[in-house]
Amino acid sequence: MQQTFPAEAAPDMANFVLRLYVAGQTPKCMRAFSNLKRICEQYLTNRYQIEMIDLLGNPALARGDQILAVPTLVRRMPEPVKKIIGDLSNTQRVLAGLDLSVDLV
Amino acid sequence: MQHTIANAAHARAIPKSPTGVQGLDEITNGGLPKGRATLVCGGAGSGKTLLATSFLINGARCFGEPGVLVTFEENGDELASDVASLGFDLPGLIDEGKLFVDYVRVERSEIEETGEYDLEGLFVRLDHAIRSTDAKRIVLDTIESLFAGLANASILRAELRRLFRWLKDKGITAVITAERGEGTLTRQGLEEYVSDAVILLDHRVTEQVSTRRLRVVKYRGSHHGTNEYPFLIDRHGLSVLPVTSLGLTHHAPVERLSSGVRQLDEMLGGQGYYRGSTVLVSGTAGTGKTSLTAHFTDAACRRGERVLYFLFEESPLQLMRNMRSIGIDLQPWVDKGLLNFQAYRPSRAGLEAHLAQMYQNVRDFKPSVTVVDALTNLLTAGTANDVRAMLMRVIDYLKVNEVTGFFTSLTPGKNESEETEAGVSSLMDTWIVLTIQEIDRQRHREIRVLKSRGMAHSNRVHEFELTDRGLRLLDDTGPGIRATGGG
Repeated sequence: MQQTFPAEAAPDMANFVLRLYVAGQTPKCMRAFSNLKRICEQYLTNRYQIEMIDLLGNPALARGDQILAVPTLVRRMPEPVKKIIGDLSNTQRVLAGLDLSVDLV
Repeated sequence: MQHTIANAAHARAIPKSPTGVQGLDEITNGGLPKGRATLVCGGAGSGKTLLATSFLINGARCFGEPGVLVTFEENGDELASDVASLGFDLPGLIDEGKLFVDYVRVERSEIEETGEYDLEGLFVRLDHAIRSTDAKRIVLDTIESLFAGLANASILRAELRRLFRWLKDKGITAVITAERGEGTLTRQGLEEYVSDAVILLDHRVTEQVSTRRLRVVKYRGSHHGTNEYPFLIDRHGLSVLPVTSLGLTHHAPVERLSSGVRQLDEMLGGQGYYRGSTVLVSGTAGTGKTSLTAHFTDAACRRGERVLYFLFEESPLQLMRNMRSIGIDLQPWVDKGLLNFQAYRPSRAGLEAHLAQMYQNVRDFKPSVTVVDALTNLLTAGTANDVRAMLMRVIDYLKVNEVTGFFTSLTPGKNESEETEAGVSSLMDTWIVLTIQEIDRQRHREIRVLKSRGMAHSNRVHEFELTDRGLRLLDDTGPGIRATGGG
């Protein structure tokens, strides 16, 4: 259910707590994960934590975060909770969805 | 050859899933197509959600088919309280594991879309819900809301198509609700995807009278009633009133009930009305319809039976005061709880609300006699056909429960037009007509039994008078009697 990755922050250090919901290892989901990883490495170095949830193994978890579309990225922290659906192929929109675009300009 | 194939296909009737909604299973010859999807469409407030949830709840409670309710509009608590107001215990069924409710919320403002996605998350949720209750029925209410929540309509359409196919493969009986569109059945054209059966609900207000109607627009592989059927929503849920519902299978009691007037009993084969039959008393104003009704009411209460009295023209107090003048005191019966008056003006509410209330009262009070005084007032609450259809349903209900129905009808004008009652008279077992003749500047009251099914009855016109000791037929050897038949 939970996988951790290097270059992530220690849990208490992360100010971006992200959850990526996938359903099996489909190309879309794999693409979303690598896109997310790339964006985080570039813009959120040592400030993020990614938790990947495969709904096929944990179907009951889809209710809690109101997941319909897959893949869905949920920004749990900082609040408010934000959702980005799709394979995260458009970096600008992902950053906008994470409220990071302002920092960039 | 082709003909034979068609017949063979017909003979193999498709399996059905009963809705348990009174009347709807009759119209559809047994319910919704089992293992298929049915589209229920209608405008806001037309009763879509209620129909869909009734299907689920009845399935879980009465037909051993657990269900899943996926609501895209209300949250679980709102829904539970909505259906609780109709007497359904949603939390109870959920606790028993017979029902699973998932509230799907999509807030477009919270969602950013980038790149490709699918609705596998929804599929996972549905699959989980179906497995956890071993569901045989599912309701998606209203899945169209997704169009407001997700920007990519083409993905959504492809996924809905996949979803409906997936549900069919699972063999689950589904009800999909959808909002009525302009010139189309549904706003998003869902009828293109869900086409096994389509039910259209309508809530109309004409001349300030509100009527709900239901129509089965399509039902692949099955016969179905094609009319528009009025339906009611009351606190017992939803019931459809099929126009041709008179099953005529009800029990016919042989017990007789006194009319409360000994001489009238004699006109009625010597013993009075049949229990569980319907009696119509018609006449122009002031002929004594209510007096005759009061006699029957009094007689029933004396036997210790309960009488439910719908009074549409005057207050109970006024009626009781007037009846005291002919020596009938109904007050003690009210005090004893044997007589229950329901007095209101039918035009106040729509026909639908009105008949729903009558239903409720009968259900709650469990009378052995129900009086409607006067039936004429109901006619103002809808068109003649609607009233007749609904009345038929009420009478059916009374007959099935062996409740004797006593109806008065005001004949307009002086001419004893029998046309007014023609619409409803066929529903009546006994029809008594009261008239007033003016002869030599004197008014003579007359009573005759126009018909009375299943008994030898008098076919003479008898004169009567209203005395301080009640309605009294003048002795037929005395003056003033004019025989019109061989009686």
